[in-house]
Amino acid sequence: MSHAEDHEGTRRDFLYFATAGAATVTTGAAVWPLVNQMNPSADVLALSSIEVDVADVAEGTQLTVMFQGKPVFIRRRTAEEIEEANAVELSELIDPVARNGNIAETADASDANRALDENGEWLVMMGLCTHLGCVPLGDGAGDFHGWFCPCHGSHYDTAGRIRKGPAPENLPVPVASFVNETTIQLG
Amino acid sequence: MSGIPHDHYEPKSGAEKWLHKRLPIVGLLYDTLMIPTPKNLNWMWIWGIVLAFCLALQIITGIVLVMHYTPHVDLAFASIEHIMRDVNGGHMIRYVHMNGASLFFVAVYAHIFRGLFYGSYKAPREVTWIIGMLIYLVMMGTAFMGYVLPWGQMSFHGTAVITGLFGAIPFIGESIQTWLLGASAVGQPALNRFFSLHYLLPFVIAGLVIVHIWAFHHTGNNNPTGVEVRRTSKKEAQADTVPFWPYFVIKDFFALAVVLVVFFAIVGFMPNYLGHPDNYVEATALATPSHIVPEWYFLPFYAILRAFTADVWAVQFASFITAGIIDAKFFGVLAMFGAIAVMALAPWLDTSSTRSGVYRPMFKWWFRLLCIDFIVLMWAGAMPAEPPYSTISLIGATYWFAYFLVILPLLGVLETPEAEVETIEDDFKAKYGKSDATPAE
Amino acid sequence: MIKRITTSAIVALALTTGGAIAAGSSEQHIEDFSFSFEGPFGKFDENQLQRGLKVYTEVCSACHGLKYVAYRNLGDEGGPHLPADQVKAFAAQFETFDPAIDDFRTSTPADKFGASNLESAPDLSLMAKARAGFSGPAGLGLNQLFKGMGGAEYIASILTGYTGKEKEEAGTVFYENTAFPGGWIAMAPPLVGEDVDFDDGHSNDLHHMSEDTAAFLMWAAEPKMMARKEAGLKGVIILILLSALLYMTNKRIWKPVKAAAKQ
Repeated sequence: MSHAEDHEGTRRDFLYFATAGAATVTTGAAVWPLVNQMNPSADVLALSSIEVDVADVAEGTQLTVMFQGKPVFIRRRTAEEIEEANAVELSELIDPVARNGNIAETADASDANRALDENGEWLVMMGLCTHLGCVPLGDGAGDFHGWFCPCHGSHYDTAGRIRKGPAPENLPVPVASFVNETTIQLG
Repeated sequence: MSGIPHDHYEPKSGAEKWLHKRLPIVGLLYDTLMIPTPKNLNWMWIWGIVLAFCLALQIITGIVLVMHYTPHVDLAFASIEHIMRDVNGGHMIRYVHMNGASLFFVAVYAHIFRGLFYGSYKAPREVTWIIGMLIYLVMMGTAFMGYVLPWGQMSFHGTAVITGLFGAIPFIGESIQTWLLGASAVGQPALNRFFSLHYLLPFVIAGLVIVHIWAFHHTGNNNPTGVEVRRTSKKEAQADTVPFWPYFVIKDFFALAVVLVVFFAIVGFMPNYLGHPDNYVEATALATPSHIVPEWYFLPFYAILRAFTADVWAVQFASFITAGIIDAKFFGVLAMFGAIAVMALAPWLDTSSTRSGVYRPMFKWWFRLLCIDFIVLMWAGAMPAEPPYSTISLIGATYWFAYFLVILPLLGVLETPEAEVETIEDDFKAKYGKSDATPAE
Repeated sequence: MIKRITTSAIVALALTTGGAIAAGSSEQHIEDFSFSFEGPFGKFDENQLQRGLKVYTEVCSACHGLKYVAYRNLGDEGGPHLPADQVKAFAAQFETFDPAIDDFRTSTPADKFGASNLESAPDLSLMAKARAGFSGPAGLGLNQLFKGMGGAEYIASILTGYTGKEKEEAGTVFYENTAFPGGWIAMAPPLVGEDVDFDDGHSNDLHHMSEDTAAFLMWAAEPKMMARKEAGLKGVIILILLSALLYMTNKRIWKPVKAAAKQ
């Protein structure tokens, strides 16, 4: 094989590889939108953050709001409830982690790490049992005066921590913050 | 795949042999991809690949759109706007699907007229032709039902008009129309079932396409000369053909890429050019758009439908001998479907023993006139149904039927064809064999 | 103003008849306004869209709705592009019916502009795409090819097209308008000039206000226009590149076959 042919062979291979490469890139560029269209659309994303007016929530009552298709419990706790939650030793807990989206993942499940405000008055958490996703009953239900899931008998305490039953984790606290004194922003 | 002698797939490794003994699928794909293809095919033979691409494109974008679309009279229009405004990239996907229908029809018309000129419909390829016509019919049905789904004014009133065609059938027409719509007027039942069928029919097309390809792989491709590939020996066959891969696959992909440049320019810069503004108004039964026009690809046949009014003698004659059963409305419907039927019958109406139009001096002119006729009909179909457009439509429709029913049969007798080239190899050599000729492609 | 012609245009000529028909008679007069968003590289002018929004809010919205447009869209890039706090404040001016509480509540950016307040006033969300200002000549669709569909021009021409003449028919007052099909429109002249003061000090005479309103409604109808043109351009460029490579590959593959034909 002469050098000229050899050279031509390399050029030809380069052309073939370049064409195949360009075809692959084009196909990829065409396929991506078809995949991406299944991601949440703009109207869904627009609801990824909502504001909740809590001016009317009295002490010892709770508000359930829908957020991204799931119920969220917003409870204004009484002094007794806070006290009861604080009295629990961390070693007694089934799940020792806070499960609070606003703080570090490794934070322990002390009541201060569960509540939204410094006084511990406000408790905001997802209203889905961590066992199989039923909505637990509130207003002091269950053996620990917090929440009780009727499906398989999981008991949560006044800080929403799992104390008894099949559920493995504390009720998770979503990303939330106070916009002003009477408004909580979720997400 | 019999026919042209060529090398077949031979399993080599143990795994290949194992699979081949149980399911010869690799062999099937190999024989399909490496099929001997006349080496002299010109640029009009690219449309098959474009059509296959269109079908895939429409099915894929369609499935994606269905993930966001709601087939309900109160929600359909809004769900389209949801796709256009909120779904990630939804506006592009929808515009591609919308204009993809137009690309599909551009390609199918080019493909059909290619076949009409080069005599691809003639023996032994009649079955390929007939299946092609069936695909075309199902395509029209699919496109029509797809146009209903956005539930705009043109969707709604277009549906009323088109289903009204079936209402023109004597005696049973009204029951058929009611059966089609599931009600006495266009509404929820119609939208729901058209949605279902619009999703189903593309897969019927895909099945027909496989049979279409099977049929012409069995007979071998036609080619611009209309001369058959020599089958007496493998050597001669190889002199006339090249394997489909890579020679024609790459050539067709190049053509497809060029076509898509134009397509993307339209989708990106003028996506609504081929559509109708009225379809951005939500459907209401209370007001009809001032001018109902189907999409451009239906216009030639729409013109034929409207051409036959009660003052045309043929209509009066038909009405007279059937004692009024065939009225102008029904005559128009018959003419419209007849225009497609005569096209499907071309293999038996064309009496010439020469296959390709290249060697037919008189046929060439009549064929060119048919192409012009098609475009004129398309234009007339978009104009209001009043003089002079109705007269133009009538002349155009008459020529359409005359071409198939009179000119094609007569030409075979009257015309003296030129001598065909001996072999495809000779044709290819005549094109590229001259020492320093710059090849046209 | 002539829209820049793309390569697509020439090929599209072959299949023009479909889009060729526009509503209205030949007497209809549509002025060919020059908008920033015309042509393959045209973009929306954020300031113009914001001015148009102001005219819509203060004048049009009294009767006409914009039910497919959400308040959050006002903050979108390629649109009026208002900052998030302004979008929120804008939305908070209005109320939205919430079926969950079975009552009206203050609107949030996630809510949509309402439907029309007046039954006979059409929703304007898609108006700029639902009307074609240009048509012809002779059903060939060339004007739409070169000038665009003309939806925004139609709206601007309606707003400037009042002659001042009125007539009463069956208890309804009609106003003569040179851009409206048939020449008589039921909508009283919505703008007379200087109806709205613009914060950016832009001229608020009738002509400019009409232009700004039409531009805003064009955006409302086609909010993804700039993203679309960008995607189209990318697609065209990448496909031209691929075509060139495939062309060369094709040449190279066929070379020995064509060379053999010479022997």
